[in-house]
Amino acid sequence: MIELAGISRTFELGGEPIHALVEVSETIAAGEHVAIMGPSGSGKSTLLHLIGCLDRPTSGSYHFEGREVATLGEDELDDLRGRRIGFVFQTFHLVSRLDARGNVELPMIFAGLPRRERRELADAALAAVGLAPRATHRPAELSGGERQRLAIARAVARKPSLLLADEPTGNLDSRSGGVVLDLLDRLNDEGLTLVVVTHDPRVAQRADRLLILADGRVVRRAPRADLAAALTAWGLDAASG
Amino acid sequence: MRVAEVVRYGGVALAGHRLRSLLSLAGVAIGIAAVILLTALGEGARRYVLQQFAQIGANFVAVVPGKVDTTGGIPGLGGAPNDLTLDDARALARALPGARYVAPFVVGTETVSRGERRRQALVSGVTAEFREVRRLEVARGDFLPRLELERGAPLVVLGERLARELFVGADPIGEVVRVGDRRMRVVGVLAPRGTQLGIDLDEVALVPLATAMAMFNRNSLFRILIEADPGVPLESLRDRALELLVQRHGEEDVTLLTEDAVRDSLSAILNALTLALGAIAAISLTVAGIGIMNVMLVAVAERSAEIGLLRAVGASRRQVRACFLVEAAMLAAAGGALGLAAGWLGTRVLVGIWPALPAAPPAWAVGSAAALSLAVGTLFGWLPARRAARLDPVAALARR
Repeated sequence: MIELAGISRTFELGGEPIHALVEVSETIAAGEHVAIMGPSGSGKSTLLHLIGCLDRPTSGSYHFEGREVATLGEDELDDLRGRRIGFVFQTFHLVSRLDARGNVELPMIFAGLPRRERRELADAALAAVGLAPRATHRPAELSGGERQRLAIARAVARKPSLLLADEPTGNLDSRSGGVVLDLLDRLNDEGLTLVVVTHDPRVAQRADRLLILADGRVVRRAPRADLAAALTAWGLDAASG
Repeated sequence: MRVAEVVRYGGVALAGHRLRSLLSLAGVAIGIAAVILLTALGEGARRYVLQQFAQIGANFVAVVPGKVDTTGGIPGLGGAPNDLTLDDARALARALPGARYVAPFVVGTETVSRGERRRQALVSGVTAEFREVRRLEVARGDFLPRLELERGAPLVVLGERLARELFVGADPIGEVVRVGDRRMRVVGVLAPRGTQLGIDLDEVALVPLATAMAMFNRNSLFRILIEADPGVPLESLRDRALELLVQRHGEEDVTLLTEDAVRDSLSAILNALTLALGAIAAISLTVAGIGIMNVMLVAVAERSAEIGLLRAVGASRRQVRACFLVEAAMLAAAGGALGLAAGWLGTRVLVGIWPALPAAPPAWAVGSAAALSLAVGTLFGWLPARRAARLDPVAALARR
């Protein structure tokens, strides 16, 4: 589903090149649950943005569902993000003046979906995350865990193939975080490909596979069986986290 | 993405900042109201002047001494090589075909008094024909009698207010007043007429032409008004009168104005004035536009994360630009609608205060004001909208 080959991303800061990602090559299969960890500034979020087609690599090639992203025009990328990719952010990024249903419907408005279809999809998504009774509540009236579940509902309402989550439990207490992670697991079980950037080893331990980044490079790949060892080796285990 | 959805989304965004939105909307409203009010005033002035002309009567030619082309000045204000004389008036009355009435007159100011009561008044020396040409109505008594041009008589017709103030309830007919140092008998009082072309006909004293010329020690006439016979075109009357006067004077040293020409040129001047007033008021719309731009720039800065989110969930740059542009246009349109309503209300108030002024905004001003408000919104909303569309989604998402 996702094939990254020799991806690099370089920024310029004060005339100096900053190598956020260096020669990253990775393949993520459909339905896989991958966690990305690493210290701050290691390139985790940059990698997530590249996978989500919010940014373009400086070099290398990226195939998403068999299509070379570099060859896609801006409109095609917008369409790809709208239909095939969902985003969940640490700070939720909900629109405070819209109610829960309005927030879920928002991407569909820009996709030009008819009102009735939007309403049906939004209500189904809210029900799936357990927020059906809160459809007319504004974000300020929801708890942190509910807000993140609302953000997830917004991300998956159009049934994308890929969900990208950047620190999805970073702003939540452990109980709310657990509910959100259970929800993500369930979506993954239903076939949604999940890529999660996290600092939290408890989040990473739910993944099929762990990528550890340092200085823009993938320094370790660990399957589920080796996750605990990998986290410990890099000082990222629950005890140190 | 449907327009209705963009409008709804923009409406919710604007409602989120009510005070800010209302203030920038008020800027546009004031600008539009100013355009409507000032053009209504200009148009009112134009209509007022046209009404005045309609009351005076439309079917006459005014002979003015002096030639615009040769003297380079305003006719009648110096530089006239030949005066207009009683002989000119007589020749026109005798030999001009198509002339129904020929009414020569002079004007001056003089003190009109009765006992201790005195008023400075415009005194005009006229003939009986003057009443016909100027459509004057006599409320009491008679107008001046038909006399030979050279013959004076100690008779006066008073304007309505002048008579009322000199006689305070008493009947002036047959009574004597002093005009300057001459005693004159009041033969009539004009019906109320008000001010026409700057002359308050309620405060004039009309005396026989020869009497006024002697009183002001003048040999020349101020104007000669010639009314055409029904069915005679004013242009041909004007041409024949000019031909006759050129024959008499040996050169073209008079100007002949038709009411149409004066009315049209005044109307054109007042139209230009209305346009200028509208344009001046429109400048305030620029200020309002800058207000909108400021509000929208603040909105773009505040909503950077939202813009980043929109891009992340598939909104195109074009759609983001459209959202902000529509918000600006909505502010301007709402301000425009409010301004039109306020302008209309202001015009009604003006008409209430000055009923004589038929103030009404011309259709072109209403149309352009509405179009202008939208143009202001679109123009000044463009820069913020473009800035929003150009935001890098990753950087925008990182802002809080």
